[in-house]
Amino acid sequence: MAVSQLIGSRVQRREDPRLITGHGRFIEDRLPVGVLHLAVVRSPHPHARVVGIDTSAAAAAPGVRAVLTAKDFHAQLAGAMPVTPSFAPEKKYVPDRFPIASDEVCFQGEPVAVVVADDRYLAADAAELVAVEYDPLPAVVDPESAVLPGSERAHSDGPDNIGWDMTFDGGDIEAAFAKAEVRVTERIWQQRLAPTPMEPRGVLADYSPYDEKLTIWLGSQNPHFIRLFISGAMGIPESRVRVVAEDVGGGFGSKISPYPEDYLVPAASRILGRPVRWIETRTESVMTTYHGRGQVFTAEAAALKDGTLLGLRLTQIVDLGAYHGTFGAFQACACLMAGGVYRWEAVQGRTIGVLTNKVPTDPYRGAGRPEGTHLCERMVDRVAQEIGMDPAELRRKNFAREFPFANNFGLQYDSGNYDGTLDRAMELVDYAGWRQRQAEARKQGRLIGIGLSTWVEICGFGPSQATAAATGGIALVEAAQIRFLPSGSVAAFVGTHAQGQGHDTSFAQIVADTLGVPMEKVELRHGDTAEGPSFGYGTYGSRSLAVGGMALHKASLVVRDKAQRLAGHLLEVSPDDLTFEQGTFAVKGDPSAHKTIEEVALAAYGGNLPAGMEHGLEAVSYFDPPNFVWPFGAHICVVEVDRETGAVQVEKYVAVDDCGNVINPMIVEGQLHGGIVQGMSQALFEEVSYDQESGQLLTGTMTDYLVPTMNEIPSLTMDRTVTPSPTNALGVKGIGEAGTIASSAAVINAISDALGPLGIHHVDMPASPDRLWKLIQEAES
Amino acid sequence: MAQRLRLTVNGSAREDEVEPRLLLVHYLRERCGLTGTHVGCDTSQCGACTVLCDGQPVKSCSMLAVQAEGMAITTIEGLAPSDALHPLQTAFWEEHGLQCGFCTPGFIMAASALLAENPDPTDEEIGRGLEGNLCRCTGYVNIRRAVHRAARAMREGAGAPTPMGG
Repeated sequence: MAVSQLIGSRVQRREDPRLITGHGRFIEDRLPVGVLHLAVVRSPHPHARVVGIDTSAAAAAPGVRAVLTAKDFHAQLAGAMPVTPSFAPEKKYVPDRFPIASDEVCFQGEPVAVVVADDRYLAADAAELVAVEYDPLPAVVDPESAVLPGSERAHSDGPDNIGWDMTFDGGDIEAAFAKAEVRVTERIWQQRLAPTPMEPRGVLADYSPYDEKLTIWLGSQNPHFIRLFISGAMGIPESRVRVVAEDVGGGFGSKISPYPEDYLVPAASRILGRPVRWIETRTESVMTTYHGRGQVFTAEAAALKDGTLLGLRLTQIVDLGAYHGTFGAFQACACLMAGGVYRWEAVQGRTIGVLTNKVPTDPYRGAGRPEGTHLCERMVDRVAQEIGMDPAELRRKNFAREFPFANNFGLQYDSGNYDGTLDRAMELVDYAGWRQRQAEARKQGRLIGIGLSTWVEICGFGPSQATAAATGGIALVEAAQIRFLPSGSVAAFVGTHAQGQGHDTSFAQIVADTLGVPMEKVELRHGDTAEGPSFGYGTYGSRSLAVGGMALHKASLVVRDKAQRLAGHLLEVSPDDLTFEQGTFAVKGDPSAHKTIEEVALAAYGGNLPAGMEHGLEAVSYFDPPNFVWPFGAHICVVEVDRETGAVQVEKYVAVDDCGNVINPMIVEGQLHGGIVQGMSQALFEEVSYDQESGQLLTGTMTDYLVPTMNEIPSLTMDRTVTPSPTNALGVKGIGEAGTIASSAAVINAISDALGPLGIHHVDMPASPDRLWKLIQEAES
Repeated sequence: MAQRLRLTVNGSAREDEVEPRLLLVHYLRERCGLTGTHVGCDTSQCGACTVLCDGQPVKSCSMLAVQAEGMAITTIEGLAPSDALHPLQTAFWEEHGLQCGFCTPGFIMAASALLAENPDPTDEEIGRGLEGNLCRCTGYVNIRRAVHRAARAMREGAGAPTPMGG
C-alpha cells in the first residue's frame, strides 16, 4: 500500500470556500422561475375534531393559485407515512398517518390545509383566511399517565395509547438482584428537545406532466429513502423521481424521516403543474420538526458493597407524540446500551412507547444512546455514592476489558481500552487535585462537583442481517462508485450525505490515498439520487465513515486492482510483479519500467487492453460491515453551583475519546466540540415544554427554546487515544454523536456530586438555575 | 403599493420598486440574488441574516427594505473582492470555524463589525460581540479561535483580503 499522505492529516475543508463567501447551496437559495409558494395551515389545537374548513376567502385572496385540503391530497397520495420496526418490532397500536389531517387533528401544528400563491407573503396572508372550525378534544400530554388504563386517548378511535411494550432480557435479572447487598433506584427524566438545525427544513418540487418526472430538492440526511417513500406514495416509478439535497444546514437526526411537507409539496406541484416550494419558519420548526428524547426512565441497580455491579433493571417510557416517528423506535436502543462499559450479570430493559397529542419524536443526535449512557452513568454514580466509593474507582472495578466484549444482550463491542481514556482524562483534569479542592470548598459551604462519564456507543449502522429487519427490508449497507475519467481525475459517489460533517474532504482523503492520486483530482459527489449507485443509505447513527467511507475504499481498491492488471499488460509483466507506491505501478526490480495510475486510466479507454478486459476504469461497491463499531471515551466535568442562585458554572470540561483511526483530526475535534455542547446544552438549558393541561407548546421561538450562545460555553480540553476498530479495513469508528452521548451524564453527575452534601442525589435536566434553586431551598429548609 | 428604494449594495448603487412590507433579507436574497444572507429564525435570535448597514451589524430579517433607504449595505458576498478572502473568512476556514456553514455568513459579518471597533478582543469581548449569533454545529470553540486569528492577522497588517486558495 502507498505510504499514506492524506489519511490522518488535518486537511482544510474543501466545502468551506463556498460557505464562507456566501455561495453555499441551501434549499432556500434555489428559486426557479415560475415557482409558487406554499404555506401550511396548521392546527392550533393539540387535539380536536375538524368540523369544517371554509377555503373560499383564501381562494379569492390576491395571488392565490390553490387552497388544498385532505380530500385533494387523497387523490394524489396513497397509503400511510412509513413506520419502521427499528428496535421495537412488536408494535401494538400504530395509528395511520396521512400527511394532512381530515377529521381529527392530533397535535398542534398538524397540517389541515395548504395555500399556494405567487409569493410567500401572499401565501402567508391567505393562510390566515382559511377558516377551520374545530371541536376541541381533551389533550393527552403526560406520557406516564397516558399509559394508565382509562387515560384519555390521543386518537379518539384508538384502543388505548400504547404504541409498543417490549422487554429485553439480558441475563437472569432475578438471580442478579437476589445477590444484592446494595440497591439504588432513580427516576430519570429525558426532556423533549427540538433538534434546531440552523437551517430550517424546506422542500422544492417540480413535477413535469409531459414526461411524468418529479424532482424534489430538500434538506435531507438521506435523499434515497425520501425518493423511495415519495415515489411509492405518489405512484411514480422510483427511477422517475430524483431527490437532491445540496448543502444541508445541520440535521442532527431531524432530517432523516419523511415529513408531511415532503409529500404535500410534490403533490401540489403535480396538481398545479408548476414548481412549488415551502420553507419552514422557525416557529414551525420548533412546533413540527420531529423532537428528540421525550422519555422517562425508572431504574434500579443492584451491587455488592465492594462495588461489584450485579444487575440493572429499567423501564423506558417513550413519549411518541401523536404518531410513531418513521424511525421513532430507534430510541428503544437505550435499553440495549444501558449497561454501558461495564460487566453486569444481568440487564433488563422494558420499553413502552406511548402516544400523546404532541409532534412525533424521532432520532436526535445519539437517539437512545445518550439516554442509555445518561441512565447508566447516573446509576453507577448512585451506587458509588451509596457505598461511599470514589466513582472512578467503581468504574474501573467493573470495566469490560476483554474484546470483543459481549454485552448482556449479545452485542459485540469490537475494541476498547476504557482504562486508557479514563487515565488520560483524570490526568488532564487533575482529578486528585479537584477532589482535594472540592473537600476544601465544602468546608466553606461552596458546592463544587466532579462528574464522570465513561461512555461507549453502538454506531456505524450497520450489518445487513441486523438492519434489514429493523428498516422493514432495506439493509443499511452503503454504496459507492469510483469513476476514473480518461484524463485522470476521479469522480467518487457515495450514498451518505453530509450536513456539515466535511465528507467532501475526509472521503476524498480516503479515495486519494487509496488510488495514489492528488486530492485535487478527486471530486466527491453525494446527495443526488440521479448520480452514482442505485441506492444510498444516508447519514445518521455515526455511520458515514465506518460504512460509507469503507464503501469508497472498497470501490477504490476494485478500480486499483483493475488498473494493476492493465498496467501489467502495458508493461508486459505479470500484475503480481508490480509494486504500487504513490500512484505508480513499477516493475519489481526494475523501477524505471512504470506507469502512473493516471496513464493507466487513459489506457483503459484506449485500444490496447488485455484479452477479456472491458473498457473503462470504474466500479460500484457495496460495503456490508460485519459488526457495528464501538467508539468510547471518558469525559470529566467540574462545576460549581451557586448556592444562592442555583446557577451552574462549568469550571473545567475534559474529554478523552477514542474513535479508532482518524482520517482528519481537525474534523473529529470539531464533531466532538459540537456534540459535547449539544449534550451539555440538554443538561443545562434546552427543553421543549407544553402546558400540562392544554397541551399548548410554550417554547415556540428561539426566545423560549434556549439554544446556548458562545457565552454559555466553557472551554473544552480534548485528547484522544487510538484503538483501531477490527470491524473494517480502515480501523475507523464513528464520532458524530459521541460528544452528545457522553456529555449530559458528565454534567449532571457533576451537579449531583456538588449537591450531595445537601442530601440531593439526583438532578433532572435541564438543570436550570430555577430548578436547582428550588431543590437547594427544599433541602435546606 | 410599491415604493421606490435607493441604496448601495456591496458598493453598487441600486434603485428598485419594493413593497413596503418586504424584509431587507428577502430583498437582498431574492431581488439582488445575494443568497449568502440566511434566514434561520425569523425572530432575530440566530443572527444568520446579519449584514452591515452603514458599517453597523443589523439583522436583516427584522428590518424592512425601505428602512435601508440611502444606506450602504454590505453582505457576505461583498466583504472581499470575488477572487479574494477577508481575513475573517480565511481564519474561519483555517480554524475549522464552520461545519454546516449556514450560520457562518452571519458570524463573519458580526465579527467584522466587532473587529472594526475592537481590533484585539478578549474571549469575553468576542462572546459579547457575537452573542446575537447562534451556531448549532461547532460548539463555538473554533469560532472563537477564528476571530482571534483574524484579529491577529489584521493587526499584523494582513487586513487586506488574500487571494482565494491562499
